[in-house]
Amino acid sequence: MKSVGTTTPAEMLDLREENQKSVQRVRRQSLKTALIFWSFVGPMIIGLTVFFYIPILWSLILSFADARATLIPAGWVGLGNYRAMLGDPEFIRALVTFTIFAAFIVPTTLLSALGLALLVNSIKFAQGFFRSVFFLPTACSYVLASIVWKMSIFNGSSFGLANTVRHTVGLDPISWISSPNPPWYWLVLVTVRLWLQLGIYMIIFIAGLQEIPRELYEAALVDGARRGWQTFRHITFPMLRNATIAVLLLNVIAAFQAFDEFFNIMSGGNQILARPPLVYLYNIALSDQNYGYGSAGAIILTVIIVIFTLIQGRFLGFGRSE
Amino acid sequence: MAAIVSRSTQSGRPRGPSAWAIIRLVLRYVLLVILALLFLLPFYLIVRNGLAAESEITSPNWTFFPSTLHFENIQELFNDTEVPFLDGMVNSTIIAVLQTAGQILLSALAGYGLARIPYRWSNQVFFAILVTLMIPSAVIFVPTYVIVSYLGWVSTLQGLVVPGVFSGFTTFLFRQFFLGFPRELEEAGRVDGLGYWGVFWRIVVPNSFGIIAALSVITFIASWNAFLWPLVIGQDSSAWTVQVVLSNFLNAQVLNLHELFIGATIAILPLVIIFLFLQRYIVEGYKQSGLKG
Repeated sequence: MKSVGTTTPAEMLDLREENQKSVQRVRRQSLKTALIFWSFVGPMIIGLTVFFYIPILWSLILSFADARATLIPAGWVGLGNYRAMLGDPEFIRALVTFTIFAAFIVPTTLLSALGLALLVNSIKFAQGFFRSVFFLPTACSYVLASIVWKMSIFNGSSFGLANTVRHTVGLDPISWISSPNPPWYWLVLVTVRLWLQLGIYMIIFIAGLQEIPRELYEAALVDGARRGWQTFRHITFPMLRNATIAVLLLNVIAAFQAFDEFFNIMSGGNQILARPPLVYLYNIALSDQNYGYGSAGAIILTVIIVIFTLIQGRFLGFGRSE
Repeated sequence: MAAIVSRSTQSGRPRGPSAWAIIRLVLRYVLLVILALLFLLPFYLIVRNGLAAESEITSPNWTFFPSTLHFENIQELFNDTEVPFLDGMVNSTIIAVLQTAGQILLSALAGYGLARIPYRWSNQVFFAILVTLMIPSAVIFVPTYVIVSYLGWVSTLQGLVVPGVFSGFTTFLFRQFFLGFPRELEEAGRVDGLGYWGVFWRIVVPNSFGIIAALSVITFIASWNAFLWPLVIGQDSSAWTVQVVLSNFLNAQVLNLHELFIGATIAILPLVIIFLFLQRYIVEGYKQSGLKG
């Protein structure tokens, strides 16, 4: 385009008209692009606004309010709900329950999934079959698994499978779920989750194992490394770093959301023994209908989970940049 | 380690695989078979108790194999007016199908828009979607419940289905996939006079079968197996999914174990069938979503 200074007034007028037209064209073009963009992305954004952003915002408002059996604030209590929630021994107990649960489930899942992946990956014949078998529990819901664990395997009566096995070796039956001391219910709660989710984490580890270049092992063997522990320690494990961190944090985040198995296995008077945060929140919001208090709890849990997620992103980000 | 084992047979050692290597391999298979049986045991118990007489479930002399199989337990369950089992199966089917179809459709559209349409604010919109990935929907079930009950959707089909249709995570996965979609294919369509919509439906969707299948299957499984949200919203028994029906049955005063277990058998059957035929896609789906980092 010619610079404006060297043009005659008539030309300038022409140019300005042309400019305006092209501006209009660009504007129309960008309006068209915007319309197409929103026709693709709009429905999702509207949905996330209504069922994600607005709920969180509304809960944030309710958390500063007195709202019992009503969804509209009935009066403001400032930080009262938060103060009460953080001083609520039951809520603290729920967080402790989650911590104990995570302390059990995370290491056992990590080690078992890694071991299972190494074992399955080390065989040639029928590898697919065994992988499928270990992966099959993924199809089962927590509710169904809870039914089997509570009513069949760890049934406190003598006909439960675990007690039947104990009986054959001459031991007395144990009430696995309702005995507070020793806390056998942890065995029930940890094994049910282990069975359900081991397959997924095994798949993540197997995918990681298959990405390790074989040449690394060949080079190590040429350099005199011994097969087994040495190659595992210096090649396999470091190469699985990202998969390990992913499994670890996915596991913690999943444990934080534990609800189904605790709700179903510990029901019938045993809930007090092990009640994780979401079950406690369910009781407050749904049974007591105290939405202000429940909202404060939900906001606190949201903050905690965001911290976990940021840690996860941070670790995985580190892993990738290396 | 697979590499190591297989190499021991071909590493050019004159004696071939050593006795130690063979023993190790045998031990591996023994261990795998034991573990496989342990993993399959719960499935067997569901079916075993579902087809046994009540007395053979609760007998103090519990046996691994029941003496007779009682297929009439199925009839009994469906005839039991106290347990809305059939309604639960129907509800679960409708909800899982609608939720899967809706979530995949809307997420694929949004993912494609974010990946390919050069809109000024595209990055900001993408960021708003990324934020939703930080907070799992289970953690904010109270806030979502507040909105859904404000809308008057408690115990309704839309209350059960609609909130689960919108997934920032599935959108994110589709966007990542479409970013890697071969541009030449799309440009060929553009030359033929197709707009964004035409390119999306005629070229992108037909060439994205793998990821659509993978994400559909895991969405369907998650929806069928979901418990917390259906429990919260299904306050009237007519809106119970099969998971809620069985949970209520489990916690009922009078226990009827053979009916409970035959219900569990029937509830898991669709998923086992899906699993047997579509396992490849399930594995792919979990790899995609498990390794989201």
